[in-house]
Amino acid sequence: MAKSENHTQSLLQTPLYHLGVELKARFTSFGGWEMPVQYSGITQEHQAVRNAAGMFDISHMGKFTFQGKNLISQLEKLVPSDLSRLQSGQAQYTVLLNQQAGIIDDIIIYHQGVDNTGTEKVVMIVNAATTDKDKNWLLKHLDLTNIEFQDLSRDKILIAVQGPKATGYIQSLVADDLSVIKAFGHLETTIFDQPAFLARTGYTGEDGFEVMVAPEVGIKLWHYLYESGVTPCGLGCRDTLRLEAAMALYGQDIDDTTTPLEAGLSWLVHLDTKGDFIGRSILEQQKTQGVKRKLVGLLTQGRNIPRHGYPVLSSGQTIGEVTSGTLSPTLGYPVALAYVPKELATVKQELEVEIRGKTYPTVVVKRPFYRSKNRTK
Amino acid sequence: MDLEYPQELQYQDTHEYVRLDGEIATIGITAYAVDQLGDIVFLEVPDVDEVITKGEGFGNIESVKAVEELKAPLSGTVIERNSAIVDAPEQLADDPYHDGWLIKIRVDNLDEIDELMTADEYSALVEGE
Repeated sequence: MAKSENHTQSLLQTPLYHLGVELKARFTSFGGWEMPVQYSGITQEHQAVRNAAGMFDISHMGKFTFQGKNLISQLEKLVPSDLSRLQSGQAQYTVLLNQQAGIIDDIIIYHQGVDNTGTEKVVMIVNAATTDKDKNWLLKHLDLTNIEFQDLSRDKILIAVQGPKATGYIQSLVADDLSVIKAFGHLETTIFDQPAFLARTGYTGEDGFEVMVAPEVGIKLWHYLYESGVTPCGLGCRDTLRLEAAMALYGQDIDDTTTPLEAGLSWLVHLDTKGDFIGRSILEQQKTQGVKRKLVGLLTQGRNIPRHGYPVLSSGQTIGEVTSGTLSPTLGYPVALAYVPKELATVKQELEVEIRGKTYPTVVVKRPFYRSKNRTK
Repeated sequence: MDLEYPQELQYQDTHEYVRLDGEIATIGITAYAVDQLGDIVFLEVPDVDEVITKGEGFGNIESVKAVEELKAPLSGTVIERNSAIVDAPEQLADDPYHDGWLIKIRVDNLDEIDELMTADEYSALVEGE
């Protein structure tokens, strides 16, 4: 094996860091943060989320709020999704695009409503490593004369509670009826008499809530959930869960050089129903001419895992590269995402993947690899 | 977690151990390595009669989160591989020093053993990490 290295570079820690230390979590550096990778074990935590409930400290993620007139119409110009159809209490998973339609980040925009003066309110959650990049981009492209922007990334914490039993645990803490909140729905409420933003979103393919609160409320919430039997989960199983659900990881499966049409995110590109936005002309071109490469799901036999960076071949020729791969704990076989030329991106296409010098057969399969039966529509 | 490093074994800084019996060496990975890897899902070890060379890769160990190359602590010829553990690599964690051994080799040069670490040296190394 390799020699271990000491991590001496300074990493940021979330306000829940010490709770992970108390539970003897193993930590790793992720996007500039020192985050728990596992507590009891990746497979065990994975199963807890699939079968019951698990909780993740995701306070490292970027949290922005916006308030102002014509806010939604301004944000419309930065994303390929039609935001005008968003009602108060609804959210849209979407991407910030550069001029080449490359993905600056994948984000969620939560529409919090309009008051009687016409002021619109929005919450935006972005990736940890891209928080500053996103902020600079947003501040550069939004006309801020009538918009109030706040970066709450370090002031609020986020806990994701995920799994078929997750909603029950959150319901025990709030007065609102959560059964009426649909997937991607959200609300402002109170937990322990303190303000809380609850969203029925997540990154695991399971039902669940993401909770944004002040740090002291979050610490209390974490203790409450832990004592109630919710399994603490680290980034390790977050990765196996999201990969089974074939959700993209920013910086790995999608980045500034990949467009949403290449990444299989065409469902959030609404060219027909909205006006101009940054990257539109490139997406129009890709739509008419077709993309050159596509992100596909690959399935291999055995337990040899195709990992990030491993070559994908067709008839002995390298044609692409694995972006993410893992042994799926639920399915029991390896699954991977890879970019391949469009003509080879069809389901059942047989390809090969090179794993440390040897090639193994692989086949293009439908995404997601695993679909939970427990999801709220 | 309290991890054990049996006194009778020799260790390499890349977390392989050696149990020497005459000119036959049993090679495995330490409890520390098992603990660091987490859930082990796949093992790749050489077949009988293959030759391994000290310091070079002789196989791979794959956990859910990462793959690590196994580095040969000694040079020699493989005389036995632990097919029970290759078939059920998750059981390696239960007993890495006995049931969880990986391969046995006939050692080419017994002097190489002097370059390995004692249990005390190895435990000082990993406890410093």
